[in-house]
Amino acid sequence: MTFEPKILGFLCNWCSYAGADLAGVSRIQYPPNMRVIRVMCSGRINPVFIFKTLLTGIDGVFVLGCHPGDCHYLEGNYEAEKKFIMVQKFLKIVDFDKRVRLDWVSASEGARFAKVVSEFIDSIREQGPSPLSGENIDQELFNNLKAMENSVSSDRIRALVGRQRKITEVENEYGEKVPIDEFNAIFDEAIHDEFVRQRILLSLSTKVLSVKDLAAELKLDPSEILENMLTLKSRGEIDYQSIDGNTPLYMRI
Amino acid sequence: MSDKEEEPRIGVFVCSCGSNIGGLIDVKALAEFSKTLPNVVFTEDNLYTCSETGLAQIKNGIKDHNLNRVIVASCTPRTHEPLFRDCVKKEGVNEYLFNFVNIRDQNTWCHQKYPEEAFDKAKDLIRMGVAKAAKLEALENIIVDATPTALVIGGGVSGMTAAHSLANQGFETHLIERETELGGRLKTLYKLFPNDQEAQILLENLKKNVQSNENLKIHTSAQVKNIEGFVGNFEVKVEENGNIIDLTIGVILVAVGTSLFTPTGYFGYDGKTRITQYELESKLKNNDVKARDIVMIQCVGSRNNERLYCSSVCCMTALKNALILKENNPETNVSILFRDLYTPGTHYEDYYRRAREAGVVFVEYSPEKMPSVEENLIKVHNEYLGEDLLIPYDLCVLSTPLVSNNDNKALAQMIKVPLEENGFFLEAHVKLRPMDFATDGVFVCGSAKWPVDITESISQGYAAAARASTIISHDTIEVEGATSFLPDYNRNLCTGCEVCIKVCPYKAINKNEEDDIEITQVLCKGCGVCGATCINHAIIIRHFTDQQILSEIYAYGGKEV
Ligand SMILES: Cc1cc2nc3c(=O)[nH]c(=O)nc-3n(C[C@H](O)[C@H](O)[C@H](O)COP(=O)(O)OP(=O)(O)OC[C@H]3O[C@@H](n4cnc5c(N)ncnc54)[C@H](O)[C@@H]3O)c2cc1C
Ligand code: SF4
Ligand code: SF4
Ligand code: SF4
Ligand code: FES
Repeated sequence: MTFEPKILGFLCNWCSYAGADLAGVSRIQYPPNMRVIRVMCSGRINPVFIFKTLLTGIDGVFVLGCHPGDCHYLEGNYEAEKKFIMVQKFLKIVDFDKRVRLDWVSASEGARFAKVVSEFIDSIREQGPSPLSGENIDQELFNNLKAMENSVSSDRIRALVGRQRKITEVENEYGEKVPIDEFNAIFDEAIHDEFVRQRILLSLSTKVLSVKDLAAELKLDPSEILENMLTLKSRGEIDYQSIDGNTPLYMRI
Repeated sequence: MSDKEEEPRIGVFVCSCGSNIGGLIDVKALAEFSKTLPNVVFTEDNLYTCSETGLAQIKNGIKDHNLNRVIVASCTPRTHEPLFRDCVKKEGVNEYLFNFVNIRDQNTWCHQKYPEEAFDKAKDLIRMGVAKAAKLEALENIIVDATPTALVIGGGVSGMTAAHSLANQGFETHLIERETELGGRLKTLYKLFPNDQEAQILLENLKKNVQSNENLKIHTSAQVKNIEGFVGNFEVKVEENGNIIDLTIGVILVAVGTSLFTPTGYFGYDGKTRITQYELESKLKNNDVKARDIVMIQCVGSRNNERLYCSSVCCMTALKNALILKENNPETNVSILFRDLYTPGTHYEDYYRRAREAGVVFVEYSPEKMPSVEENLIKVHNEYLGEDLLIPYDLCVLSTPLVSNNDNKALAQMIKVPLEENGFFLEAHVKLRPMDFATDGVFVCGSAKWPVDITESISQGYAAAARASTIISHDTIEVEGATSFLPDYNRNLCTGCEVCIKVCPYKAINKNEEDDIEITQVLCKGCGVCGATCINHAIIIRHFTDQQILSEIYAYGGKEV
């Protein structure tokens, strides 16, 4: 039997959900692989939802909103886009970003709805089943996505993405606008660091490990691990548990 | 909230919608399947859930099985949710404890070749709907005062009709026209189909109506600059002759009509011997038509790749003007080159018959072999004869479409309503809510929606006024209870970072004197952006809570993660 992907779509009520209804009213046909969760606006989509969906083993996530400028709530889709780009940046770290897609469909674009959904289904079909679906899941990937979920749940990342539009498009508290490139550089670094930290925390919540153990497990440079562990220690999230010879062992508090 | 502690007792009603759903998938089997889902205590399938019988079945289900949550799996919440919410409310179940599952518009109608897959999809959707329903909470709508005033944007036939109707009912009405004079397209027209009335007489009558009503304030050379607020309480800034006026408005009607299409590049259009029907109307009015060989070409710039639609008034306009030309001087030769002739109804078909009798020549052309307009001759290929006809002309009249206004987009963004692909305003539902927009308190009429004639513009003007008056004839308005919420038990999570204040598009969030975050429920539209953004997960989006959405995700994914 060929692989039939399981896809979850988040549709905003006013444009994309209406467009999906219009596809039905016009009897436009498309493959039946997607299930839909209706939200009032694409801006409602907490990035956590996307990671949770992927963690359950669902093969692809499609976020659909109104075209830029057409959001029923003025700017919700711009906020949605910022969060979505962030989610993609995380997923890119583990080469999983092609399993999520964001697009715009208006209430009058029934045919376009059917087209973009069909294309996304095809793309996921080509990529094959998610390694997180079925009985034997890829545990390392699972842990990585879990660490990402925790990252997008963290106040640091949420503050950055929540302020992004104001900082780059309007101005910050000091009345200055940060150039988008500069912001992106800071944001990319924060994404990478937060991911590593959350990954460390995840490993240390079940095991007691040294910096070297962690570097091996996470396939990262020990000096980078050490740097992030010092930050975590100063935040009071991890501490020494014991010393094995000369090597300190850490645990999560 | 007693419902919170109460065990969910969910009833699932699966609709067959005649054969729309039941024709593809087995609704009885779906109802049986629903019985196996957690917290479901009663299920039933209905032939038409929205019929009297169907609604009675829901009510009996609630009574007999003590249901405290109801699911209908059927068409789409966009059209039928209000009906079912109302139904459960009447039986004592809070309307927010109703949940809709869409298995028609987004399932049976679009997977007609895949009955098995559509059945599985319906199962998943019901499973997700049940999971969400179990987590739903009862909510109360809020009541706010409504200002009994109306704003009509556009002073053409439709706008004047609507404004007059509202003012006549006693509502303070403001009519905004950006030109110096009222009238729109009507100003330039000569005689009108279907009764050859002089356009100027109709216009004078309409103007007299609106000018003599003391409830009606006309603002010419005026434009809407900004609109804020919500149904019953819109704050509108109007610029009139350079001055800014602030108005508090209950309902808004969009009657901005259409623009004209200049057919530059079509058939050598020059505005002199090759003109539009609109220009011909002016000439007729000024008795300025000297030509003796007149050829009209239909569908110039419409029903092509660029503009797929039919402008609907141009066939009748051509017939009308052809007859007028013939009546003025029977010696005039008039030919109409057409693709299809659109003359619906008895009145319009009569024009066609009369035109034939008067000797107007009709020649069909096909878009593959377009006519060509040369120095003194028009060449048109005739399918039946299989050869080109050469028709001499001294005036060539192009029937061009009415097109949407360039600035519709800006207005649409101000009132938060959509446009369709040609730039016309898109109503909430073509059959169920033809005069409404999805945005509460905003309505549309006339050719702003798509090109229509004057009879239709007048009918729509009255219809939109009637719809609008259903709102402002009440002193109060009910506002959705599904809004953003910062519960006291989450206050300790909030660090006062103010990010939510910055992302809220409606300025519904503020810091109060105690420096605490405060959400003004009537201003909140429930978009959910603040909840998705809140740094510390303190804000709850009611009716779309994280828990509710996650339960849907887990129900589809098959596990909690
Ligand atoms: C050549 C020709 C001949 C026709 N002959 C006939 C006929 O014989 N019989 C018939 O029934 N129909 C006829 N029609 C169709 C008729 O013109 C329309 O049905 C009618 O004008 C539609 O009225 P309306 O109020 O919807 O729009 P319009 O007449 O287009 O009026 C819209 C008004 O809104 C104003 N406006 C637009 N945007 C704004 C804004 N942002 N702010 C403020 N004001 C704004 C415009 O200035 C205008 O005054 C003809 C049309 C053409 C082109
Ligand atoms: S409830 Fe919807 S699906 Fe059922 S009969 Fe009525 S229109 Fe059809
Ligand atoms: S975003 Fe959340 S944490 Fe920040 S002020 Fe608003 S409610 Fe408080
Ligand atoms: S839900 Fe939307 S409108 Fe309501 S307070 Fe939050 S951001 Fe503002
Ligand atoms: S309402 Fe569609 S994206 Fe905001």
